[in-house]
Amino acid sequence: MEGTAVLGRLTWLAATVAATREETQRVRTLELEADGWGGHRAGQHLDVRLTAEDGYQAQRSYSIASAPGEPLAITVERLDDGEVSPYLVDVVRDGDVLEVRGPIGGYFVWDGDEEESVLLVAGGSGVVPLAAMARRRARLGATAPMRLLYSSRTWDDVIYRDELEALGAEVVYTLTRAQPAGWTGYSRRIDDDLLREVAFPADARPRVYVCGSTRFVDAAADGLVRLGYDPAWIRTERFGATG
Amino acid sequence: MTPIISRGFRGRRQDGPPDRVPPGQYLTDDFPVLSAGPTPHTELEEWTFTIDGSGVEPVRWTWDELQALPTEEVTVDIHCVTKWSKLDTAWEGVSLDTLLGAVDHDKDYALAFADGGYTTNVPVEDLTGGKAWVAYRYGGEPLEPEHGGPARLLVPHLYFWKSAKWVRGLRLLDEDEPGFWEQNGYHLYGDPWKEQRYWGD
Repeated sequence: MEGTAVLGRLTWLAATVAATREETQRVRTLELEADGWGGHRAGQHLDVRLTAEDGYQAQRSYSIASAPGEPLAITVERLDDGEVSPYLVDVVRDGDVLEVRGPIGGYFVWDGDEEESVLLVAGGSGVVPLAAMARRRARLGATAPMRLLYSSRTWDDVIYRDELEALGAEVVYTLTRAQPAGWTGYSRRIDDDLLREVAFPADARPRVYVCGSTRFVDAAADGLVRLGYDPAWIRTERFGATG
Repeated sequence: MTPIISRGFRGRRQDGPPDRVPPGQYLTDDFPVLSAGPTPHTELEEWTFTIDGSGVEPVRWTWDELQALPTEEVTVDIHCVTKWSKLDTAWEGVSLDTLLGAVDHDKDYALAFADGGYTTNVPVEDLTGGKAWVAYRYGGEPLEPEHGGPARLLVPHLYFWKSAKWVRGLRLLDEDEPGFWEQNGYHLYGDPWKEQRYWGD
């Protein structure tokens, strides 16, 4: 089922937390074992449902972090005023059981057999579905050029820091709030000049995936359009209030 | 399946009235944005709203012509498939009853189309009877581009993806035809009270 969209009803599945990994002080990856999970495509998301003892329930959507064929994983950033993310980041431990359903979404996906160069633009935890695409590329040995422009507040906020470069995609960082000593990368929010230096030229007609906060996505997508990118090449995923 | 209790999860109880918050939704005071691509920016001088369809004599309004139509102010609750709901949102726009009333047709379905190539399908009976608008003001201000300005569809009794941003018209159809999100895993109809989020719900 790897790499296929699942048709038909998406039922809630029991998902056992098989492993957890601290990515940063605010971000944690949960590896999930869900019997009946039918596979997913890189870039898709799933819904998590939590149930309190009195039956109260809360649902949220999270991007899938793992590549198709890898153990299912989500990466969650703690939002301090959130309802679900503090539980997933701080409370859940190995062996706990959540409910999930998915995969969801058929547009913000990259399957790995597309020929165009791929530009990934991530703001903060917006890197999660884009990392799934980079992992997909590495697993397939796909040759389409892939470049990730990744904006974080500080070096300590960079998610998957040790893994990203090993995946073989080009990674360009910008750190918007503070930089480590000797930092030679970018140190400002994404702007048109930065995009001009990092993005593939428009005549390469790349596929583009932008994920982050609404403000971040608008800045990146509008800037790429000003560089001559056709809006139809640019796929966006924005997260707003998803606690 | 019987829900599985999540060890140690208490959750934050909804403070909203239960008859206004559909299942699986939570309340937000923010106005989150969901869209598949860059935000289009269409000049008002070039903006039109068109209703057409096979065998239908098309009717088109310019921006000024739309503004000249009777407006309605509505305060409604909106429900996004990404789980947030927002109560008492205040809009101003033109009722689809007014717009569809200007078109001679016998179609049962509509496919709304928008700048950026986005489409979404809605049965005509869900667009008439005081249930839907082309909205161009929000909270007393012109509708911002990121929220669908200059004008968006407003169909608040369905999940909010049906309220197409940057709407430019309706194509009237004999048969229901899935729009953009509906081809990408989301429910054909999208009733939040039945939790019709995805295919098969």
